[in-house]
Amino acid sequence: MRSKGRSPRAGSWLGFFLGVVGIIVALVLRPTREFEAIKLRRQRAVATETPSHDAAEHAARSNRRSEVGDAQPAPALTFSAVSMVFPDGTHALRETTFSVRPGEFVTVVGPSGCGKSTLLRIASGLNPATGGSVTVDSSRLGYVFQDATLLPWRTVLRNVELMAELEGIPRDERLGRALDAIDLVGLTGAEFKYPKQLSGGMKMRASLARSLVLNPKVFLFDEPFGAVDEITRERLNDEVIKLFQLEGFAGLFITHSISEAVFLSTRVLVMSARPGHIVADISVPFPYPRDPELRFDPAFAELCGQISHELRGVHA
Amino acid sequence: MTLDVGVSEELAHAPTAPTDDADAPRDGKKKFPVSQVIGPLVLLALFIGLWYLMHSWGLRYFFDKDGHRLIPTPTRVWHDTVIRPIARERYIEGIKWTGIVAYGGLLITIVVGISLAIVMSQAKWAESAIYPYLVALQAIPVLAVVPIIYSIFGGGLAPRFFVVIMIAFFPIVTNTLFGLNSADAGQHDLFTLRGASRWTRLVKLQLPAAMPNIFTGFRISAGLSVIGAVVGEQFFRTGSKPGVGIIMDLYRTKGNYPPLWGGIIIASGIGIITFFVFGIISKLVVGHWHEAQRGTS
Repeated sequence: MRSKGRSPRAGSWLGFFLGVVGIIVALVLRPTREFEAIKLRRQRAVATETPSHDAAEHAARSNRRSEVGDAQPAPALTFSAVSMVFPDGTHALRETTFSVRPGEFVTVVGPSGCGKSTLLRIASGLNPATGGSVTVDSSRLGYVFQDATLLPWRTVLRNVELMAELEGIPRDERLGRALDAIDLVGLTGAEFKYPKQLSGGMKMRASLARSLVLNPKVFLFDEPFGAVDEITRERLNDEVIKLFQLEGFAGLFITHSISEAVFLSTRVLVMSARPGHIVADISVPFPYPRDPELRFDPAFAELCGQISHELRGVHA
Repeated sequence: MTLDVGVSEELAHAPTAPTDDADAPRDGKKKFPVSQVIGPLVLLALFIGLWYLMHSWGLRYFFDKDGHRLIPTPTRVWHDTVIRPIARERYIEGIKWTGIVAYGGLLITIVVGISLAIVMSQAKWAESAIYPYLVALQAIPVLAVVPIIYSIFGGGLAPRFFVVIMIAFFPIVTNTLFGLNSADAGQHDLFTLRGASRWTRLVKLQLPAAMPNIFTGFRISAGLSVIGAVVGEQFFRTGSKPGVGIIMDLYRTKGNYPPLWGGIIIASGIGIITFFVFGIISKLVVGHWHEAQRGTS
C-alpha cells in the first residue's frame, strides 16, 4: 500500500515541508529593518566625518527655526467659542476661546474632570466639538497621550516610525527621521528594544519621538508625565523644553501640576470646574532655556502661588 | 549641555530595569530540567504503576471484570501495536489519514474562522448577528449529527473534514474576535489621529494585537481537531481510507484490546504533539513581545 502513487504524494509533502521551512526562515530573518537602521547609522557616521553631506539638512533646520522666529506669526491653533456637550448630557466645555501661536508654549491647568483632556481631543479632531470652531493644521500635529500607548509588538524604532508610516512618508525617509527623533529624545541605543523592556520614562520618550517624526507645528501633550516619578518627570520637562526650542512648535500642554505648568510654558491658562472655561490667562516671563534651578526662584514660587490662588477661586 | 548630562544619566540607569526583566526567564530556564521533567516523569511512573495494579488485581477486585483481557500490560500493548507488523502497518497508514483529516480540517477552520472573526470585528451589528449562531453551532451534539452527514456525503474524506470543522470552529473564532477587540482605546486613537483606513487599522493594529489570542485558539482547536478526526472516523468505518479511529473500531469489534489501547495512545500522542508544535510556533511569533503564559511549551 506504500508503493502506490508514492512520488506525487512525496512531492506535495516536500512542498509542505519547504513551506514550513520558509516560514521559519522568514521568522528568523524578521529584524531586517534593524539591519537597515544600523546601516544608515554607519553611513551617517562616515558622512559626519566629511561635513558637506549634512550641511543641507542643517540649513533646512535653521530655516525652519528662523521662520518660527518671525514677529507675530498667525496662530497655529485657534479655539473660537468652542462648546462640548457629550451625548449623555455632560457639559464639558463652555464657550472656550484662545489661540496658540508658533513659538508659544501654553499650559492648561484646572481641577480634575474640568474637560482639559476633552480640549485636546477636540483640538486634534478625535472628538468633534458641538459648538464653535477650531482651526489647526492636522497633518503636522503631534499628540502625546497620558499613557505611552506604544505597540508592544514593535521595537522602539518601529514604534517611532508608526506615525510617519500612517502618514505615508516613504520608507527610507521615515527611517532617517525616526533615528533623528530617537537621538533627540535621548533613546540612542534602545532602538531595538521592545516596550516591555523599557522603564516608564523611556516609554514616554519613545512616545515623544513618535510624534516628533512628523515635524509637528502643533504639539499636544495630555498630562504625559502624570504616571512617572518626580525625578524622571523633571528630567522629561527639561527634555520637552529642549525640543520646544529646537523644533519651534506651538505647544499645548495639559497638567494638574502648577510647578510643571509654570516651568514649561510661556502662558498658563486656568480652567474652571465643569463645564470648563478659561478663567485666567497668565503669561510666564522667564526666558528660555530654563535652568532646573528656576524651580527654586522666589519669582517662580510667587507665580505658582498666583496660579494656585486662581485655581482655588475656581473651586470656591 | 546640562540637559545632555541628564539624558545620559537616565540612560545609564535605564538598563537596570531591562536586565531585571531578562533575568527572570533565564532563571526559569535553569529550573527547567528539575521541575518540568522530573515532575512529569514521576507522574508517568505512578500512572504505569496504577495501570499494572488495575491489570493484575484492581479490575477484578473493584468491578469483577477480567483485567488481564481488558487492561493488558503496557509491554503487551507495545508488542501488539508496534512490534507486530500487521498492526504497525495499519496504524502508520491510519496516522497518515487521521493527520490529513485533522490538519486539513484545522487549516480550513483557521482560514474560515479567522475570516469570519475579522468580518465580525468590523461592525458591531455583524458580531451581534452572527454570535448567537456560533454558540448554537458549539452546542450542537456533533456526534448526533454525524450519521446524517454520513448519509449525505457518503464515506469519503469530506464528511470527516466536516466533523473536524464543526468541532474546532468555535475556539478559533471566539479567540480571534477577542484578540481583534483587545487593542486599547489609546492605540485606536493613534490610528484615528492619522486618519488610518479600516484596512490599515486591521493589518497594523488589530491583527498583531490579536496574535497571542489567535495562537491560544489554534492550540485549543488543534487538540479538538484530532479528537474530531478520530471520533468522526468511528462512524465511517466502511470508508476506504482508514484513519486511526477506523482501525481502533476494527479492533474493538474483534475484542482485541491491546492494539485498541495502542490506538488510543497514538491518537492522544498526535494531539499532544500538535499542542506543543503550536506552542513553539506561538513562542516564535509572539514570544519576543508578549508575556509568555505558563504551560505554553
